[in-house]
Amino acid sequence: MTGTDEKVHLTREHCLDLLRQMVRIRRFEEKCAELYSGQKIRGFLHLYIGEEAVAAGTMQALKPDDAVVATYREHGHALARGLAMGPVMAEMYGKVNGASRGRGGSMHIFDRGKRFLGGNAIVGGGLPLAVGLALADKMQGRDRVTACFFGEGAVAEGEFHESLNLAALWKLPVLFLCENNLYAMGTALDRSESQTDIHLKAASYNLPSRQVDGMDVVAVEGAAREAAASVRRGAGPFFLEFRTYRFRAHSMFDAQLYREKEEVEQWKENDPIPRFADWAQQADLLHPADKEAIEASVQAELAEAVAFAEAGAWEPVEDLQKFVTMDEVPA
Amino acid sequence: MNGDGTAAPRLRLTYRDAVREAIRDALTRDERVFLMGEDVGRYGGCYAVSKGLLAEFGEDRIRDTPLSESAFVGAGIGAALNGMRPIVEVMTVNFSLLALDQIVNNAATIPHMSGGQFAVPLVIRMATGSGRQLAAQHSHSLEGWYAHIPGLKILAPATLEDARGMLWTAIEDPNPVLIFENVQLYDMEGELPADAGPVDITRAAIRREGKHASVVTFGGSVPKAVAAAETLAGEGVDVEVVDLRSLRPLDDATIMASVAKTHRVLVVDEGWRSGGLSAEVSARINEQVFYELDAPVARLAGVEVPIPYPKHLEDASVPQADTIAAALREMVGRR
Repeated sequence: MTGTDEKVHLTREHCLDLLRQMVRIRRFEEKCAELYSGQKIRGFLHLYIGEEAVAAGTMQALKPDDAVVATYREHGHALARGLAMGPVMAEMYGKVNGASRGRGGSMHIFDRGKRFLGGNAIVGGGLPLAVGLALADKMQGRDRVTACFFGEGAVAEGEFHESLNLAALWKLPVLFLCENNLYAMGTALDRSESQTDIHLKAASYNLPSRQVDGMDVVAVEGAAREAAASVRRGAGPFFLEFRTYRFRAHSMFDAQLYREKEEVEQWKENDPIPRFADWAQQADLLHPADKEAIEASVQAELAEAVAFAEAGAWEPVEDLQKFVTMDEVPA
Repeated sequence: MNGDGTAAPRLRLTYRDAVREAIRDALTRDERVFLMGEDVGRYGGCYAVSKGLLAEFGEDRIRDTPLSESAFVGAGIGAALNGMRPIVEVMTVNFSLLALDQIVNNAATIPHMSGGQFAVPLVIRMATGSGRQLAAQHSHSLEGWYAHIPGLKILAPATLEDARGMLWTAIEDPNPVLIFENVQLYDMEGELPADAGPVDITRAAIRREGKHASVVTFGGSVPKAVAAAETLAGEGVDVEVVDLRSLRPLDDATIMASVAKTHRVLVVDEGWRSGGLSAEVSARINEQVFYELDAPVARLAGVEVPIPYPKHLEDASVPQADTIAAALREMVGRR
């Protein structure tokens, strides 16, 4: 139930969808970790486990012709945006049937049809792009929003400040979505920022800015809907800071020397999936059998996605330089 | 020629005027085109290129930006990804280093990295080069660096015709095209037909024909090379001047044809020698037409120094007509 409504309507159907989206991401990521160990996936692999509520909730506020700019931890964004799981998994494998023909891998999922403009692996590098996408929409009078995800690590980059300023100055339709998981790789927020209250930094650029519990999918969706509606009204960009946490290591090479196990365990008690499922069950919106049904359907989807990736071909080496320069602008 | 068979009237103008006409023409031809950069609007452009365009086209299409090279170059990339045809002006190549992330990591990678799903039809114009006593942070020639990057196209208009004609062709190109305008050329005067229009951006051009030696160069060094060739002509040495025009991709065929004709070649580049564009051109000549050479490929490049302020030191830092002439004399054995 994506769209422009400013309020969350917690029907049973919608609750099922929210839970399904989060479970899809969780199980996908777990499968990726397994496939990484089995050397099917190589390179850097950044898992989104623990942060699912942010992608699942925010995407509810977007329309199909809105654009999404994401980070290198973007599998969840891609799935929640509606990319089929098969091409996303095939991209992990580097196969030609992957979302980006296997060219980008885990960090660079693109999908023109879904207006998903990439995982960007330069921290902060996606923000100027989002500003430009929104500028084009504004100049052409199109009613579209560009949603731009980035982590709190990006806040230390100049591109964050330049982009917020430019978007606010020109009143561009950008939804800035900061996923504050408290660690920029291994650097804790209070070891890298003089002001750890990130939404206050954003507010200094004269745009509406709010902090949201990123472990509560309903709160995320509510905030995203309100923010997107404000952007659609032409009020300019809106900034949301989601307080969240990644349960897994930064990447597959991270021994997590920088945080205490107790801290991780404490956050896991706030796991967005059981938190929402239990709440919805208590509110009689979901039934005990729903969870199993969702798990079963996600397992089937996942098995199909892995089979799709396994069956995919490798791009012929002869095509190595294809698309370095383009012969035409894709229609 | 006009339709009635008469030649179009010729206009006297500067290189700066020619660039302005090119921008005006592009804005008129295509409503997706807009210009943005620092002080391009009210100020009229640091080098007065865009003077008058704000009044003519309005603030929506002539956009003054904050001093945020990374954001406004990145915004140009984003707008290009989303249906516009932006012209981004970066005041000088030196400042473009603040946008290097966007140019190299986004504009140059996204088409390939996305498997061809997205193109970046963007033009970035910037001033380059020395000669105005602006010292080391305003005077460098870094176009050779950009020519290293797959995914970019790099142009160096050295004539009024190219200043007028390359822009539209670059805008129509589906790839990010960087146009380097050498600051010494802005005041160069000449004539163009009133109906001058787009030009090819794939081929090098012979600016002066000759048979004893070739100078291969580009940008601000082209008029200097032509002047050196005129001097040498008075000494009985007939020098051909090849203007690269496109630094990426390089038009190997035109370079090699000239070398095959003259058998001696001097590569002139205002940029530094080590790892520079002159090294690339030299290597290609050696790889492709080694047996045509009667002498080793010679290079005259920028002295490896941050460009200093005093005129005499600045002049000594980059190739000049007299040093080009001296290098040619040495190559043909006439000192």
